[in-house]
Amino acid sequence: MKARKVVLVDAIRTAFGRAGEKGVFWNTRADDMVVKVIRELMRRNPQLKPEMVEENAWGVFCQEKDQGLTLGRTSVILSGLPETVAGYSIDRMCAGGMSAITTAASAIALGGCDVAIAGGVEHMGHHPMGATADPNPRFLTDKLVDQSAMSMGMTAENLHDMFPEISKEMTDEYSMLCQQKAAKAIQSGKIGEMIVPMTVYTKNGWVVADKDEQPRPETTLEGLGKLKTPFRVMGKVTAGNSSGLNDGAAGCILMTAEKAEELGLQPKMELKAFAYAGVKPEIMGIGPIPATHRALKNAGLTIDDIGLIELNEAFAVQAIAFMNEFGLKFPDEPKMNIYGGAIAFGHPLASSGVRLACHLMHGFKEHPEVKYGLTTMCVGLGQGGTVIWKNLQRDGKKESKDRKE
Amino acid sequence: MAEAPTLFFTSYYNSRVGKIAIVTMDNGQDYKKPNTFGEAALASLHKAINNIEADKDIKGMMLCGKHYIFAAGADLMQVPFINTFEQGRQIGAAGHAAMKRIMDLKIPTLAAINGAALGGGLEIALYCDYRTVSKSVPAIAFPECFLGLVPGWGGSTLTPRLIGPEKALELIVYNALNQNRMLDGAKAFQMGLADRLFESVEFFDQSLALLVDLIDGKEKIERPVPDMSKVKQHCEAARNYADMRVHGAAPAPYRAIELIESACDLSKSVEECFANEDKALGDLIKSRQCKAGVYSFDLVQRRAKKPVGRPKDIKPRPINKVGIIGAGLMASQLALLFLRRYGVPVVMKDIKQEFLDKGLGYIKGELSALVSKGRMTKAKADHLFHITIGTLDWKDFADCDFVIEAVFEEMPIKQQVFAQAEEVISPNCVLATNTSSLSVTEMASKLKNPERVVGFHFFNPVAVLPLLEIIKGEKTDEITLATAFECAKKLKKNAILVKDSPAFLVNRILTKLLTDCFQMVEEGATFEQVDEACLSLGLPMAPFELLAFVGTAVAYHVGETCHKAWPERFPLNDRLQKMVEARIGNIYDGMGPGKKVNPKVAEIFANRGDKEFVKEEILDRILTNLTLEIDHILKEKVVKDPKDIDTAMLLGAGWPFFNGGITLYLDVVGYTPKVLQKVFFTF
Repeated sequence: MKARKVVLVDAIRTAFGRAGEKGVFWNTRADDMVVKVIRELMRRNPQLKPEMVEENAWGVFCQEKDQGLTLGRTSVILSGLPETVAGYSIDRMCAGGMSAITTAASAIALGGCDVAIAGGVEHMGHHPMGATADPNPRFLTDKLVDQSAMSMGMTAENLHDMFPEISKEMTDEYSMLCQQKAAKAIQSGKIGEMIVPMTVYTKNGWVVADKDEQPRPETTLEGLGKLKTPFRVMGKVTAGNSSGLNDGAAGCILMTAEKAEELGLQPKMELKAFAYAGVKPEIMGIGPIPATHRALKNAGLTIDDIGLIELNEAFAVQAIAFMNEFGLKFPDEPKMNIYGGAIAFGHPLASSGVRLACHLMHGFKEHPEVKYGLTTMCVGLGQGGTVIWKNLQRDGKKESKDRKE
Repeated sequence: MAEAPTLFFTSYYNSRVGKIAIVTMDNGQDYKKPNTFGEAALASLHKAINNIEADKDIKGMMLCGKHYIFAAGADLMQVPFINTFEQGRQIGAAGHAAMKRIMDLKIPTLAAINGAALGGGLEIALYCDYRTVSKSVPAIAFPECFLGLVPGWGGSTLTPRLIGPEKALELIVYNALNQNRMLDGAKAFQMGLADRLFESVEFFDQSLALLVDLIDGKEKIERPVPDMSKVKQHCEAARNYADMRVHGAAPAPYRAIELIESACDLSKSVEECFANEDKALGDLIKSRQCKAGVYSFDLVQRRAKKPVGRPKDIKPRPINKVGIIGAGLMASQLALLFLRRYGVPVVMKDIKQEFLDKGLGYIKGELSALVSKGRMTKAKADHLFHITIGTLDWKDFADCDFVIEAVFEEMPIKQQVFAQAEEVISPNCVLATNTSSLSVTEMASKLKNPERVVGFHFFNPVAVLPLLEIIKGEKTDEITLATAFECAKKLKKNAILVKDSPAFLVNRILTKLLTDCFQMVEEGATFEQVDEACLSLGLPMAPFELLAFVGTAVAYHVGETCHKAWPERFPLNDRLQKMVEARIGNIYDGMGPGKKVNPKVAEIFANRGDKEFVKEEILDRILTNLTLEIDHILKEKVVKDPKDIDTAMLLGAGWPFFNGGITLYLDVVGYTPKVLQKVFFTF
């Protein structure tokens, strides 16, 4: 069977809030955030009739309470999609949303369905990471993993040990630039275009959540230098050079290229290839490196073919390790995270993979000269995931040149 | 008393048209404690408006409730303490002063009615320029007339000016007097109370988008101009309706009609109309009808939710199969109720197949009626009928957990069916009796396990009246009682624990009333005269009309039971007995105005006394005797608290809220002090 072309038609997300009582989403249910994203996707694409959606795939790490009961199905009912739409939840920790995209896309490619919604959500305020997990004691008794593998901050410290050439000053500099890029993108209205405002209940009444809560445009190197290193005495990883704990949801519409054409929807990018790869849990941050090598190989491309990179900055050290591996320019590689990354926006686990796609979609539009881009992220317990996308928002001339290839 | 005050919180949203103020009414409690407006709330509203007025950048305001609740109106906790016209008038004026500031804002305002909006909670929305309402809102109403008040914070003025007198009267007068009927969001929208109807899922987002669109002209609201041409006719019809419901016994609805009529005169300024509302509140809040209304509301809405007498810390037994002895109309109604509320198999036992067929036919008919009304799916109805079993064999009761009898009101028959049931059921199965007057203790006396017998007295029609008297026999044990109370709760009935004594509570009071009525007719009063006098109390139905509903045979039978216990206070009426023997069910031919005494009845009641009665004398007799009887009831501890009596009369007999059931009325109009030199009321 020949695989069908899968395109991404649109992507949108909620604002990303700070996890915890002070965060804007503290009194908002995760499933309601998912519903908001689904309804906004449908509203923005009226050519896509609700009954045409066949699958609703949602990545979510903690699948209980307001994220439980098969969120992919509950959100069909709650968002008013027809009951004929099927749905499921999927988990790959941080890469839940990315997995929802690649799994739904695989189904579309194989003819399992023509149209799917894929998204990711994590309300880390309601579901502190791993709070209800019960890890098998053999992990430690049989020395299957180092104790530090269970703490993401410690795995980042481990990466510093592994790459002594990456100093704390470098991670702080990287992080400050990230905040500055994000501030610029926010200022220009670019980020606002990606966020659907949502009226949410707080202890001070209803407010409109339309901005990310995490970005700190005022960040300075001096300020970053003063932050505590909670994971290690005299360590290097701080709240300032990592991504934080957040609440957020992001979703996208996937379909066959044919269906998009039939409906008159402008596809934004085509899913060209993807790969996941496992690494040692203690150094999970290097996951994107083998995953990207594998994905490039699957696509028959090299890193030089890639014009835009969206890497989920769980930690600055992990981003810099990736840059070093692929010969990207430190501290500010012009094709990587052009609107800033997770250090500024936050990382509501399973939603991030879809946020990356959303950023790339907008990056492609701004850079019609770019033909390929990739989204990549590291995953707790030692994985990486990479998706390679082809830009479909290029002007006609370049498009015809592509065809000749 | 220390209720959390409702505060007005303001947040700001930078929309494409500029800054929008989002004002949320919230008392910080969950939906069970709705937002209400007292002094602190109004002060908070003033403060919120001050801030909005001061900020010249604000382009619009959206007013919101908390989850599930917009606002439930004025804080009624203050009503009992208001005793002068001026105090009441002030309450009206304070509300107007605060809320009118919303109307006077120079920016567009929108009320987003996301949840229940009652009384003042609906009024505050009317001060906004626009309104949206959510499809999921279950309750929008002006309950004021029901409670003895008028919508006096602008409702009686702004409603007719928005939707016209006809709909305003429907909302404020007709619905309030019709068991406080409420509208859902869709109906409120159809009525014109709201300009847009939105799904609940993105209600505030859509409401906010509408406000922004209205500000920059992308959307326009068009409303029909209310038709003021037939104000007089509509108000006249409403007065007639009020007469029919309260017979002049409660002033509020008449006052509301007056306010609506006056507000439809558009030459009057809003301020003038508001001043009239203030005066109406001044007169009404201090009135006994209003105090009683608030008292009744508290009894039914709050006190009755936690039934007095339910054994604490005892786990009720589960009920997984129900047995019903009998298949007559009452039995069939009970079967239907258990099927709908419990959804467990129900076995009906009778002695003849034809009786069973009739009962099962009734159930099938009622289920299909629910299906055709769209209130139940066909599959569900089929399933429920499938688990309804008609039987002639006691053995089918073997695995029942709860068996209730609804056979003839004769002690030997009841004792016999219980004994037969006991042979097959397990010792844990509850045996309940729906007797309306017989002794539960005596009924249980011949059983092996008398501790599992309990009285479970419903009121007819079972599906409508929410009261259930639970009667504890001498030997009834706690777990049986706990199971009975849990069962009542699942059946959505308000249970009241009543001592095992003749005719229990509600029927004893009604029977005393009816006995006096017959006695006066015997002495020379006419049926119509007696009925008319009783209606002037505000009773929902005249006693001799009620008799037709109850049935002469049942009424006579209950009278007999009471007569045995208290022969002097409950004399038997031979003429009523003759009516029973002649199978005459109704005193009158026809109902309501124009009714005439049935000639056969007139014949039976020939040669009575020739005493002339006036209305006051009739009432004096009735009220004096009710006072005495209620005193007996309390002394005998049939129930412990006069509030139980009032709750029972409100819920089981439909006696009016504005009388506070009965004991509060007797206290306030002076009968308890006069007859007993005390009052019933206790804190």
